[in-house]
Amino acid sequence: MKKLLLGDQAIAQGALDAGLSGVYAYPGTPSTEITEYIQEWCKHHPTSSVHNRWCTNEKTAMEAALGMSYAGKRALVCMKHVGMNVCADAFVNSAVTGVNGGVIVLAADDPSMHSSQNEQDSRFYGKFALIPILEPSNQQECYDMMAYGFDLSERLHLPVLMRIVTRLAHSRAVVQISETARPENPLSDPADPAGWVLLPARARRKYNELIAAQPLLQESSANSPFNKVLNDPKDFKDLKDSKAVIATGIGYNYLMENYPDGAPFPVLKLSQYPLPQQVVTDLAAQYKELLVIEDGQPFIEEQLIGVLPSANVIHGRLDGTLPRAGELNPDNVKQALGLPSAQAFTSCDTVVGRPPALCQGCGHRSVYEALNKVLANYPGSHVFGDIGCYTLGALPPYQALHSCVDMGASITMAKGAADAGIFPAIAVIGDSTFTHSGMTGLLDAVNENSPITVVISDNLTTGMTGGQDSAGTNKFEAICRGLGVADEHLKVVVPLPANMDEITRILREEIEYKGVSVIIPRRECIQTFARHAREKKKGL
Amino acid sequence: MKTDIILAGVGGQGILSIATIIGQAALDQGLYIKQAEVHGMSQRGGDVQSNLRISSDPIFSDLIPLGGADVIIAMEPMEALRYQPYLSKEGWVITATSPFVNIPNYPDVEAVNASLAKLPKVVRIDIEALAKANKMPKAANMILLGAAADALGMDFDLLKAAVRTVFAAKGDAIVEMNLRALEIGRENKG
Repeated sequence: MKKLLLGDQAIAQGALDAGLSGVYAYPGTPSTEITEYIQEWCKHHPTSSVHNRWCTNEKTAMEAALGMSYAGKRALVCMKHVGMNVCADAFVNSAVTGVNGGVIVLAADDPSMHSSQNEQDSRFYGKFALIPILEPSNQQECYDMMAYGFDLSERLHLPVLMRIVTRLAHSRAVVQISETARPENPLSDPADPAGWVLLPARARRKYNELIAAQPLLQESSANSPFNKVLNDPKDFKDLKDSKAVIATGIGYNYLMENYPDGAPFPVLKLSQYPLPQQVVTDLAAQYKELLVIEDGQPFIEEQLIGVLPSANVIHGRLDGTLPRAGELNPDNVKQALGLPSAQAFTSCDTVVGRPPALCQGCGHRSVYEALNKVLANYPGSHVFGDIGCYTLGALPPYQALHSCVDMGASITMAKGAADAGIFPAIAVIGDSTFTHSGMTGLLDAVNENSPITVVISDNLTTGMTGGQDSAGTNKFEAICRGLGVADEHLKVVVPLPANMDEITRILREEIEYKGVSVIIPRRECIQTFARHAREKKKGL
Repeated sequence: MKTDIILAGVGGQGILSIATIIGQAALDQGLYIKQAEVHGMSQRGGDVQSNLRISSDPIFSDLIPLGGADVIIAMEPMEALRYQPYLSKEGWVITATSPFVNIPNYPDVEAVNASLAKLPKVVRIDIEALAKANKMPKAANMILLGAAADALGMDFDLLKAAVRTVFAAKGDAIVEMNLRALEIGRENKG
């Protein structure tokens, strides 16, 4: 059967067809559509018991997936690249415990930062954790690699990291999918129960086992159906100036875009790691010059420098043949290959930037309007922001934020700034971000009675990624009280222009209070509000 | 055959629906397709585009190279110009004429039109006025697609069949309205 699928959707369908028992994820561009696809699929297959609810953050997702694996079943964990930082503790240690049921950790990287605050390359995490990494080059491989990845994970008893990039996650192509799905695994006990208790003595044993398994990982990469040498190097022996190209993931597509009838040099297409050292060394022995085309950071390029003799000349992102930052595209690869551009028209001078903006009627707008009004009287004020739609408050017309670093950092940075003497120190955080990583920081502030004002701008959803359920909905007052925020400094307002006087009065009062205050402006996201109205009309 | 199309607009204008119809028509012919979309933060009123590639041969890159687009279809005139470095020498630009002004520094409309006039093959169509006059405010994007049909080199009946397939679940009235929108676009492209 053929289906037109996004890379994300091909992954989801591939996982379902490979006997998945649960997906665990926190929404994050460009990974969100994987879990959404599985949720939609489950709605249409009401007898399915595949777990598909959103998790509070990537760490809880990774750990729950590990629990499902412990019980013998297959689990998929999905996140955007920075989610890897959040779940890193669980992720790295899952390589030490190993897995029982297959685990695939899907990291969707965002080179060029289309919707992110950095462009870290998740493949480094896989190498760091000493586990296999898969990097599909197209939507079909996204699908095919799920069954392959779960088998690999169960054969090696290790989690497998699968790394994609925005342009694959959010691009559609026709994918050949199976007519039948594999059954889920039955419940089973882990083969080595003691190895799941990472006390130092046992952890040392497990870590040594992990290191001892590395030749198996090498062998798997060398024999992987997704790694291949195209154009037998023997055919090019007479070409004096020929070089060889190593193209990874979707880098391979940009290469072949320039040579639709076949490249005039040998190509090593890489989609599984660890780097198959023998394959690469053999190629390098015949070709002094190697061009590495990889989307993201110079992961392979740096390893080659460490592996190959100094006689080899390696071109890529480190020597400037390809740009050091930003995503690959057909044009920068074309340039790296020494081919002329086909550009016919230059950029048009008339065009100006059109940055994204908060929606008209969005509740966050009233929050920033109120903040700006009140803080005009506090020249020393600083507002620490967080990750979400409301980060757009940093741009005109509000320009109301002074920082945006990582999930939850608004509260803890406001606390640190208050410790240092900044007054007033204000945090603005969304509802979903607060439960993701803000709660623990609020406890720190409460324990020291830090003079900060925390605004939890609650739109009842995870807005920026398209309106997914937010883990804390209807629980925020209880959570704050439970963490020790005093009742009289826990205020709820409705962020509407009509309530501006009330909101600004409360803000002023709470800024003047020399302890922890939490103000919760609460009004549903207008996007989800419109969607819910449509669904109601349709009688859903 | 190979057709590379850039769909351009502002978040929320419905360029992905146009892509879905063209994609469906291509699928019905058994062609290869790649369609890269923008999701996430830029959908909040920022500029959005989709790269749609259709070919009788396998397609490698999800993105269209500079100078490679056979057609730019834009729901907004300045957004059409944004992608002119991607337009091929002989490429068509099919654009709506009404500016979508949600930024303080939107350029002078005359300057936008003058820039469009510098490109060799441009179809400008006031889809908003046509949609309003024909009482189909939600089908402006299908009017634009109708105006692009010739430039796409696609059989008009195939596009119509794709509209029927894609809108089928929304009922006959919606299907008929969108079919009429396609016709209106084709007839009014000047």
